[in-house]
Amino acid sequence: MAASLDTAERLSHREPGRLRAARLGLSGLFWRHPWAKALLLLAPPLLAFVLVYVASLVALFLSSFWTVNPLTTEIQHIWNVGNYTSLWDSSVFRTVTFRTVGIAAAVTFTDAVLAFPLGYFMARIAGGRSRAFIFVAVLLPLWSSYLVRVYIWRLILDDKGVLNWALGKAGLPAANIGYSNWAVWLIFAYVWLPFMILPVYGALERIPDSYLEASRDLGAGAWTTFRRVVLPLALPGVVAGSIFTFSLTLGDYVTPLLAGGTNSQFIGNVVYSQIGSGDVPSAAAFAAVPLAVMAVYLLIARKLGAFEAI
Amino acid sequence: MEQRGTRVALGAWTALVILFLWIPLALIAVYAFNKSNVQSWPIPAFTTHWFHAAWTSEVKAALWLSVRVGLIATGIAILLGSAAAFGVARFRFFGREAISFLFVLPIALPGIVTGIALNSAFIAGHVNLSEWTIVTGHATFCVVIVYNNVLARLRRSSPSLLEASQDLGADGWQTFRFVVWPVLSTALVAGGLLAFALSFDEVIVTTFTAGSQNTLPLLILGYIRLGQQLPVVNVIAFAMILVTAVPVLLAQRLMRETGVLRRGASAAVVAK
Amino acid sequence: MSRIKRVHILLAAAAAALCVPAAGVSSPSGLPTSIGKGEGQLNLIAWEGYTQPQWVKPFEKATGCQVNAKYAGSSDEMVTLMRQGGGSQYDGVSASGDASLRLIYGKDVQPVNPNLIPDWKNFIPALKSPAHNTVNGVHYGISLQWGPNTLLYNTKLVKPAPTSWSVIYSPKYRGKITVPDNPIQIADAALYLSKAQPSLKITDPYELNQAQFNAAISLLKRQKPLIKKYWALASDEIDLFKNGDAVVGASWPYQTNTLQAAKVPVKDLIPKEGATGWADTWMMSSHAQHPNCMYKWMAWVSTPKVQAEQAIYFGETPANPKACPIMNKLSPGSAAQYHCGASASYFNSIRFWKTPVAACGNGQNDCMDYTKWQQAWTQLRG
Repeated sequence: MAASLDTAERLSHREPGRLRAARLGLSGLFWRHPWAKALLLLAPPLLAFVLVYVASLVALFLSSFWTVNPLTTEIQHIWNVGNYTSLWDSSVFRTVTFRTVGIAAAVTFTDAVLAFPLGYFMARIAGGRSRAFIFVAVLLPLWSSYLVRVYIWRLILDDKGVLNWALGKAGLPAANIGYSNWAVWLIFAYVWLPFMILPVYGALERIPDSYLEASRDLGAGAWTTFRRVVLPLALPGVVAGSIFTFSLTLGDYVTPLLAGGTNSQFIGNVVYSQIGSGDVPSAAAFAAVPLAVMAVYLLIARKLGAFEAI
Repeated sequence: MEQRGTRVALGAWTALVILFLWIPLALIAVYAFNKSNVQSWPIPAFTTHWFHAAWTSEVKAALWLSVRVGLIATGIAILLGSAAAFGVARFRFFGREAISFLFVLPIALPGIVTGIALNSAFIAGHVNLSEWTIVTGHATFCVVIVYNNVLARLRRSSPSLLEASQDLGADGWQTFRFVVWPVLSTALVAGGLLAFALSFDEVIVTTFTAGSQNTLPLLILGYIRLGQQLPVVNVIAFAMILVTAVPVLLAQRLMRETGVLRRGASAAVVAK
Repeated sequence: MSRIKRVHILLAAAAAALCVPAAGVSSPSGLPTSIGKGEGQLNLIAWEGYTQPQWVKPFEKATGCQVNAKYAGSSDEMVTLMRQGGGSQYDGVSASGDASLRLIYGKDVQPVNPNLIPDWKNFIPALKSPAHNTVNGVHYGISLQWGPNTLLYNTKLVKPAPTSWSVIYSPKYRGKITVPDNPIQIADAALYLSKAQPSLKITDPYELNQAQFNAAISLLKRQKPLIKKYWALASDEIDLFKNGDAVVGASWPYQTNTLQAAKVPVKDLIPKEGATGWADTWMMSSHAQHPNCMYKWMAWVSTPKVQAEQAIYFGETPANPKACPIMNKLSPGSAAQYHCGASASYFNSIRFWKTPVAACGNGQNDCMDYTKWQQAWTQLRG
């Protein structure tokens, strides 16, 4: 630190522009007091976020400890944890939670499996032109409206849909996965895939060739290099992508509604109908479940060392 | 470097994934010409009627509103998200992970929860629901997209680079311009594109933060609900792909010219 | 939340004190006796198809009230929108019968004076002061359109043609049945049981005591494995029938029309047990900012021409029978098809949606209220 101060002073003697001196002074200040910089960087986004979003969320969650008058559906200020105990007692909430989390995890895994080889090819094998082509091919689907894509998937998976038609032509039996949790899983994996590909590609692209050469020179086989060098270096990208795919699935409502079958309710669907019937306290209590799930997810991600992999 | 077999296998996998991504889009394009307003396979007859029917003032207003909201929300998300990512990546302090947790909430919680919470807050604060309340709602869930992308990138680049830069006499701006920006730009472009896409598709939060304005997804959901104008939504989606090909190609060109899409070009600035 | 609620109530009181005179001259009961000058804007929550340019444009021209419509996806969404932002954001809502009482008891809508709607006098008698929008003689809205929930079936694949709702509860068409994803569907089960199991003594499918309610739920539980999909949007059901995923189900006439237009061999009917039905009402928000425009709107959509146009667009039946000849002019035969100006006996064979409340018609308080219905539906859907 002392060295850098010296440098800064020496440099400012050599180039005595006032602006530059001020800039260097500021840099020096931040260097000496990293807290100042952290505070300056973090305060505006956090303040904005806390004031607008967290405050309104807390207000909503407070109501999970209140009750509703069944006659008027007006909220009464009687503090209790009844909404949480009924969450625990009623098996339906458990079923819906397991389904939601399970499908979110399956979607995340599927997207990671689909995205990793593609990202690897794009970052390390494809030439400039084909890389540009893949980049555009991955990004463009994002602009063709989520709703329209869900709708066209229904046409694909319908009983007399494109998939069964193609299977029939190939002499294979019909798949019959329309309006089921399989359909929900497939469509989610489809719509969130670009959210996994981009961060994975970004991570793979930054691995210097020299690392792989070094690994090979040290006698590691292709698999060992992949496992010991590529995977750890790419992990933050996969985790970043997984946070998107997992949480976007966790919070969705439209795909289960449009493409789900008789047993496809997600947490979002149940919360939605609870709010619609005026039972905001129960809805707020159930919404605490994805809150907890996300907290656990992020903790696991940290335990895996994903955030500190480098 | 990789063996030939590996390269071919990876290439084939890539081709299959891209097919998976594009077959539905091809169908959307085909069904924009569907004569019937009920979708069924195979397509019964073709017409270009819906292309005239789609270009109404209602669609134009909704499209324009969605673009405006998306751009402003993405702008806010880039500012707030990258600032927060810098703060979190560079400094260790108690509660660091809590910030990541906080930012991911708007997409992890069901949209209805975010929507209702914001709606209640706006109403309690006597804020009239408008374009700006939609922007606020969208910005809250867009921040995490930029934040996560930038954070993942920063964690892959070493702080010693910044020290080196400062040791060599660069000030904060120069360090940013020549050291941080090249590492960061892809993450920002990717984060920005994803954030915009998410805003451009959002339904539930928008329902509760919009007054009587219709964003494009709300309009599309309305069209889908009764299905009278189903081919129109395919026309809109098809047109969106064509129109957005331009900015995506530009972004890609930009990234190539600044070297971030050129293999190994930026590897030099990344050190363990 | 509760603070918000309290603010709302204060606002409501203030609005009641201040805003009522804005709507022309008011009578001692607090209701206006004439419609004042339009405020230039009108913000509505409507079903998709209820604010088509065809009748909105001429309204804007005639009154200077600019219409901004927000489409709601379900009755639940309508109630939520009205409850959350209703106070200041919206002037009116096209509530169906399963939502209207919730809005009235939640004080989200205000009384209106039906005498300010010239065409109201022409409405069929049953829709002048129906129970779903009139409480203790106080009108909370003006009826609009109505229609039955029909039994829809594929004529090629369902043989013999069904005559009873039993077909959607029988395993014969397992995996090819679809019913609406809506708690009010419990009433359909109750209606069927009222005939199939008279011992339950169900007289009103919306007023169910615990035992009757349990019987309806257990019927629905047995039905669940037979169902392909609980449809949420009208287009869901259209897709299901068109693409072979469903051959029989509970429907609206709208889906029948659309499917028949797309040459799908379907027919609908009102089975021998009768049917539930919906009747929609335009209601005015408690704190409407543009009450005069809202009155002008309710008057406008009650006129025969608009009633006929909307009936044909959506496939429903006008509250105003003067619309019937216009319907036939717009689309020959449509008046009869939709039972326009239906006889009282036909109308009475339909049990219209109303919000289930604890206070039964028998004076007791032992009926299942809507929250219970919603909870049971959530349990059922699992």
